[in-house]
Amino acid sequence: MTPPAPKCPLQLNDQGRLRHFLSLDGLPRSMLTEILDTADSFLEVGARAVKKVPLMRGMTVCNVFFENSTRTRTTFELAAKRLSADVITLNVSTSSTSKGETLTDTLRTLEAMAADMFVVRHADSGAAHFIAEHVSPHVAIINGGDGRHAHPTQGMLDMLTIRRHKGDFEQLKVAIVGDILHSRVARSNMIALKTLGCPDIRVIAPKTLLPVGLEQYGVNVYTDVNEGLKDVDVIIMLRLQRERMQGGLLPSEGEFYRLYGLSEQRLALAHPDAIVLHPGPINRGVEIDSAVADCPRSMILNQVTYGIAIRMAVLSMTMSGQNEQRQLDAEKQESL
Amino acid sequence: MRIQINGARLIDPASQMDQQADIFIDDGKIIAIGDTPRDFVAEQMIDGNGLIAAPGLVDISASLREPGYGRKGSIASETRAAAAGGITSLCCTPHTKPILDTPAVVDLILDKARDEGFCKVFPLGAFSQGLAGEQLAELVTLRNAGCVAFSNGLVPFASNRVLRRALEYAATFDLTVIFHPQDPSLAEGGIAHEGPVATFRGLAGIPETAETVALARDLLLVEQSGVRAHFSQITTARGARLIAKAQARGLPVTADVAMYQLILTEEALMDFSSFYHVLPPLRSLADREGLREAVKSGVISAIASHHQPHEADAKLDPFAATEPGISSIELLLPLALSLVEEGVFDLPTALQRLTTGPAAALRLKAGRLSVGAAADIVLFDPKAQTIVGENWQSKGRNCPFMGHVLPGVVRYTLLNGRVTHKNL
Amino acid sequence: MSLPDPAVLIPAMARELQAHLQAQNIDNPRFVGIHTGGVWVANALLKELDNQEPLGILNVSFYRDDFSRSGLHPQVRPSELPFEIEDQHLVLIDDVLMSGRTIRAALNELFDYGRPASVTLVCLLDLNARELPIRPDIVGATLSLEQNQRVKLTGPEPLAIQLQTLDNL
Repeated sequence: MTPPAPKCPLQLNDQGRLRHFLSLDGLPRSMLTEILDTADSFLEVGARAVKKVPLMRGMTVCNVFFENSTRTRTTFELAAKRLSADVITLNVSTSSTSKGETLTDTLRTLEAMAADMFVVRHADSGAAHFIAEHVSPHVAIINGGDGRHAHPTQGMLDMLTIRRHKGDFEQLKVAIVGDILHSRVARSNMIALKTLGCPDIRVIAPKTLLPVGLEQYGVNVYTDVNEGLKDVDVIIMLRLQRERMQGGLLPSEGEFYRLYGLSEQRLALAHPDAIVLHPGPINRGVEIDSAVADCPRSMILNQVTYGIAIRMAVLSMTMSGQNEQRQLDAEKQESL
Repeated sequence: MRIQINGARLIDPASQMDQQADIFIDDGKIIAIGDTPRDFVAEQMIDGNGLIAAPGLVDISASLREPGYGRKGSIASETRAAAAGGITSLCCTPHTKPILDTPAVVDLILDKARDEGFCKVFPLGAFSQGLAGEQLAELVTLRNAGCVAFSNGLVPFASNRVLRRALEYAATFDLTVIFHPQDPSLAEGGIAHEGPVATFRGLAGIPETAETVALARDLLLVEQSGVRAHFSQITTARGARLIAKAQARGLPVTADVAMYQLILTEEALMDFSSFYHVLPPLRSLADREGLREAVKSGVISAIASHHQPHEADAKLDPFAATEPGISSIELLLPLALSLVEEGVFDLPTALQRLTTGPAAALRLKAGRLSVGAAADIVLFDPKAQTIVGENWQSKGRNCPFMGHVLPGVVRYTLLNGRVTHKNL
Repeated sequence: MSLPDPAVLIPAMARELQAHLQAQNIDNPRFVGIHTGGVWVANALLKELDNQEPLGILNVSFYRDDFSRSGLHPQVRPSELPFEIEDQHLVLIDDVLMSGRTIRAALNELFDYGRPASVTLVCLLDLNARELPIRPDIVGATLSLEQNQRVKLTGPEPLAIQLQTLDNL
């Protein structure tokens, strides 16, 4: 049976540059490196007195959050403003969709507001892809987190943190600990580390929090945290949500902390220079000890700063790709 | 009306016939095969040269969406689509509104189907009232009204005890019960097969055990109650093996698989396309291979479309928010031919699983081309190609094969000797 | 056309610059080079002037005016200005002055760091193809090119000027 010709990867333009930022899956190593390099430049901007560059002046970025999040929303807003863009935030979770408006109708309404870019966060995996497929082609879609599937800007800011403090990925052992099953951060991190050449990616969790088939993706699975943390250079702790105590996934937060929590003793199992990351907000005493969260090896606050730079990089690169595509389309039209 | 079909290659799985032979029809019945009967003057001649004549296909699971779901389909549109697929007999599922648990609804469906005249419809009655899994529906009354078997769909029974009792009741009256094995708590919240694709796409998984746990329980209760049982929409290789084992120890159970399940796997979900959102889900490559083996060996003796047409909106949302189901009834034959082309099984086997296999499972008088039988015939051109989407009949366009090129074109479908579909 | 040799231009420019700064009563200006060619020229000038002060590096990618057409250049480097801009006299250096847009972007960027006391513009080559009212204070050499010609500075050691002909104009 012959299917019709496959369409180009949704997030890339005709020249292979980013036009949407939906997931790290399928992006070449050179592109991830470019995002990190661009973010480095934007970090420098953040250190100046005037923390703005005029790159996206006159453009409108619309935060469309179907799922609430103050932290991610604020950093995207900051990033857009530092690029001199105008920002609108729409908490759709509280408005039209709960009144029964379909997602596609909400999108039409938003398009009518003539935004250049939507930053979207949604509870369903694949929502960012869906939106990118159904929105008019010149609107850029940035995935701020979709269900359990992906949180690509978080993945990249974690990579930036690792690169700035630990250097070459090809020499590192990285462990991701916690609720892998429900975590889009874990998925994005695994893909990013693999693409950037990390030779030893470890996930550590009880069986109930490990999804099926991870080994197929070149990841080493551990259920014993003491084994898994041995000599690692980077520890990424994931947030444990209260709901996980229901339905037989975990008996209690206390037992999880005893078995998987990052205490000072556990941290000592890792390499003496190991760094600790966490996407936040942290649950002190559940997945991580206060002492560890506040120690000099904890990069948790740095991650926030790097997050703004990464988002500035992603927003500007995606806008750049959209502009380039518009040029290409105009040229194609002219030559017809 | 006297009709003569000339020069077609006749394949009738029931009698294992596979040869060129003319077919002679009078008054809606086949009166001769091969030599022209004495004094026969045809009023209509159908040129069967280059075509294959087979019994009209028997699809034992299709949602017609009427009464109650007019946006998704109607008896008129979906039986018309069935005719386009070469189908002359189909079983409609009880998920209507109101539910198919009263004779009035049975009558409505039978009358409408008869009036439209595109396909014979054999209703599947609801096994429990309201499909709620608590009270038995009035099975004998429904049987007398025309229901050929009973199903509760994917809805579980309130407890094993209630299920056992329901099966014993059905066994008392020699009624066939159709099982859709899925353990509700293991499947809860899941929308895709629990495997590496769902893992990396972040889609909540339905494990293989959701089917096998329920299947094992069902088989033991079938054995205990002695009820006639048919297992529908098997999706796991393990499940097929459980059925094979039960058949081997003498349990007369039958099973069917959805046509799309023999073709598609979980890989299709990589792009989050909601056209691949089905329940029970598309599973692994190994599962597909196991199902193909089971169909080839006859452990699974029937292939059905499990046709579920939807309006466009039902599929226009992120994956988890869409309704499950594929509209594919009019592709039943071309999809089967694509499997034959791939070498999965040969043509007579494929046709058997689409005619006498399903007919025997539900004891339907259908699926054979023999003298005296109703002239329910499909004539197709195995060398032509179907472009999916052209002349689409179903109200539901939710079909992942849209735009694909499939082998074979149904040229004529005859129901009781009357042409219900023609495509020259 | 014979191309000038930077090894000859740089000393002359250094002398002119010193004279200019003296005439303007500018003491201890800080040097800022525009990445990449401007930085090479700036380093060469600082060496000629026997100046040990740290050089500021400007990457003007985020201030260019062609973002909506050509997008971001894929090789951005951070700017580095290891001194205060506020009230500081600056010498801004670039290799080739063509339309003047790069200098405009550089000025915008500098002003986002602070308010300089003055900016003296030094260019190795002026191609006489201005599209904006930008005037260099010190120029190494002026060149007039054909429509299909471009110049490129190679470096950092030795600095050389290359002529390129574009085939597809």
